[in-house]
Amino acid sequence: MLRIDRAIYDQIVAHARRDHPDEACGVVAGPEGSDRPERFIEMTNAERSPTFYRFDSKEQFKVWNEMWDRDEEPVVIYHSHTATEAYPSRTDVSYAKEPGAHYVLVSTRDPNIEEFRSFRIIDGEITEEPVEVIDGD
Amino acid sequence: MATEVRIPTILRNLTDGAKAVEGEGATLGELITDLDKRYAGIGERLLEDGKLRRFINVYLNDEDVRFLEGLDTPVADGDTVTVLPAVAGGMR
Repeated sequence: MLRIDRAIYDQIVAHARRDHPDEACGVVAGPEGSDRPERFIEMTNAERSPTFYRFDSKEQFKVWNEMWDRDEEPVVIYHSHTATEAYPSRTDVSYAKEPGAHYVLVSTRDPNIEEFRSFRIIDGEITEEPVEVIDGD
Repeated sequence: MATEVRIPTILRNLTDGAKAVEGEGATLGELITDLDKRYAGIGERLLEDGKLRRFINVYLNDEDVRFLEGLDTPVADGDTVTVLPAVAGGMR
């Protein structure tokens, strides 16, 4: 199960909407081993494409290095699909190399319907999990 | 001559859970050969047909080695090598 604050959930959806029709991507970092997504980090889609995304390698280094210094890890890795459902594609699965991460997929195919789903992807195996959005005070 | 190598989560099963290890070598290629002697199997996870795997990013200090000299990139005492899985995907 993914538990995520409303504010971060909204930031992910807003980023996906803003970059539509290109795919948007990013991470939410949290303290190592905590499973708490706390620090929202929007990433550049180096492909700037409606069908593909890739973290810019230099930006990824900078962000991962910051996480290293702060004893954090990528708790959530998110990206959007702009014309298809919020479900990992074969390409997504082949690249999924963070067994501890929640892979969040947002679809922006319908401007009025929010599709936000979370998956574990381990050794090529996709497992969908419930998402609990925590409303702040 | 020792170089610190930062290991991503997915490879820590090969380093007894260590986040960072040390290796020796004058180039990145030699360093990976040395690491594979200490942590069997790590070479195969980084290389394919003698080249860096497509899904793996390797950085010398803060520079992606693909923009340096790849496996021939010289490494020195006190350098830090960081291994990160590339993050990518797409709708197909």
